[in-house]
Amino acid sequence: MSFSWTRVRAIAVKELRDYRRNRFVIGTMTVLPLLFIILPLIQVFHTYAHVHSSNLNLHVGASMLYMLVIPAFMPSTLSAYSVVGEREQGTLEPVLITPIRREELLIAKALAAFVPTLGIAYLVFGIFLAAAAFFANPVIASAIFSGTHVLLQLLFTPLLAGWGIWVGIAVSARSTDVRSAQQLSVLGTLPLLAILALISLNVIAVSAGLAVGLAAVLLAIDLLAWRAVAAMFDRERLITGRSA
Amino acid sequence: MTTEPATQVTSRGEPITEASALDGSKGESALVVEHLTKHFGERVAFDDVSFEVGYGEVFGFLGPNGAGKTTTVRTLGTLLAPTSGSATVAGIELRPENGSAIRSRISIMPESPGLYLRLTVRENLECFAGLYELDDVRARIERALRAINLEDRAGDQCGSLSKGLRQRVALARALLNDPAVLFLDEPTSGLDPVASREVHGLIASLRERGVTIFLTTHRLEEAERLCHRVAILNTTLRLIGRPDELRDQLFSRSLDVRVRSPLEDPTAVLGGLPGVKGWAHAPSGYTLAVSDPEIAAPQVARALVGAGVDILSIAESRHSLEDVYLELIDEDVEARRR
Ligand SMILES: Nc1ncnc2c1ncn2[C@@H]1O[C@H](COP(=O)(O)OP(=O)(O)OP(=O)(O)O)[C@@H](O)[C@H]1O
Ligand SMILES: [Mg+2]
Repeated sequence: MSFSWTRVRAIAVKELRDYRRNRFVIGTMTVLPLLFIILPLIQVFHTYAHVHSSNLNLHVGASMLYMLVIPAFMPSTLSAYSVVGEREQGTLEPVLITPIRREELLIAKALAAFVPTLGIAYLVFGIFLAAAAFFANPVIASAIFSGTHVLLQLLFTPLLAGWGIWVGIAVSARSTDVRSAQQLSVLGTLPLLAILALISLNVIAVSAGLAVGLAAVLLAIDLLAWRAVAAMFDRERLITGRSA
Repeated sequence: MTTEPATQVTSRGEPITEASALDGSKGESALVVEHLTKHFGERVAFDDVSFEVGYGEVFGFLGPNGAGKTTTVRTLGTLLAPTSGSATVAGIELRPENGSAIRSRISIMPESPGLYLRLTVRENLECFAGLYELDDVRARIERALRAINLEDRAGDQCGSLSKGLRQRVALARALLNDPAVLFLDEPTSGLDPVASREVHGLIASLRERGVTIFLTTHRLEEAERLCHRVAILNTTLRLIGRPDELRDQLFSRSLDVRVRSPLEDPTAVLGGLPGVKGWAHAPSGYTLAVSDPEIAAPQVARALVGAGVDILSIAESRHSLEDVYLELIDEDVEARRR
């Protein structure tokens, strides 16, 4: 029997339906984006009015980094629940006794976190760009739209989401309770957040070359993580929470 | 009471032939289990278990808490890898690479229903129809809902259903793929008598339709009512057979005699009767060990009347499956104490 997208779809659709009716998930999905769009907007409309134009490019780039916290952080909280939460609810066993393969289950879980994250992150970014284009000082607006800022934002959003998802699922598969899984997976995204912070504080200066290099590294990690996590998705371990 | 040491049964019972099989695989067995063993590290979940279940048979798997029932179901359902031994499930050999194929031919209703509580009944079933890659999903879901009499609640969120209804939805979910073998793990645990009776009714109707069912339970009357054959597990398989066979195997047959006033010399009246092997005092009468109650009862009645005693009743004492079970499990407890 080969890889079945029908089974992937069945699980992904179920997860999305479940998110929509889960107050905790809806809360995370609204509060986090709100927080991380307000901050850069304040900077664009308020702070940068006084910045010297030669530094403007740097500052604009830094404030756009805030919005990358959304894809780095949000999927890890969603996927941290994905295995251990279902094990606690007793809903994992019925799924595992269907013909579903571990790769299918894993892809379905990952997609269910990836799709809404990407949607929300891009939506927030779109709102930011629209606000900048229509209402910001033309000098600042042109700093935002010139150069590689937009391209980098579009590129890094899915790469960071990938990291958050694999960390969340890996932690979840090995945890015995939801709370510790969520705490651990938040810890797992800290390295990324630290790098973002260093960049935005100007400790690391980002050149286009460094950005592309970083993207390549993240892509490689995401692809390797998929293999490593797939190996973890052993039925016996998923059911009992320990290895065979 | 005497018990033969022959209760360490390894012989496999005959598959029931009267029930019709749903699919064409009549003749071969739905489950063949040989010397199957599962350890969790040092702990032995079940050991050297062998049995066979025929298509169309309802097979009861009894045992106390921790006996290894759920672990057996999970092992046969390819969720856990056996430590040793072999098995064939729905005609397919139990091996890691056959997992997906086996799982598509069977289904398991686990101990807890495990429904997605924020999803409706229909959405739960849709998800599993997708997982089995079924076609004609709408019709199948309707059929499954009809089988459990729950068509009118299809749009309700599962979180709003009572425990009994959730159990029925879990049963519908297990029926979606028309399994060749249906595993039910304690389907009535935690249900009130009315809800249990409804689930029993559903199982009985599946039995009528010739669905092969592997039913684990520690409710003896459930097994006695629903199962063609039962096995008693307590880490090892202790006994296997039809419920009435097990009774006869473990207990000598006896008559309960109640009389208005005690006999002056019971040995003189009862001792000499050819059908009676022994007697003992019982409340307001006697218990007689007999080889065949139908031959002994008239003899006893005549002898008592001849002795001038008023008979209140003579009845064959029926041991329930529960007596068999308790007898066996008590033996295990005592053996462990020694
Ligand atoms: N994942 C596991 N890891 C370690 N030991 C386990 C695991 N699952 C079950 N066991 C042990 O295996 C034995 C059999 O457990 P099992 O759940 O199969 O019993 P059961 O007959 O289903 O009991 P119950 O009637 O309580 O449901 C028990 O001693 C149990 O503690
Ligand atoms: Mg059990």
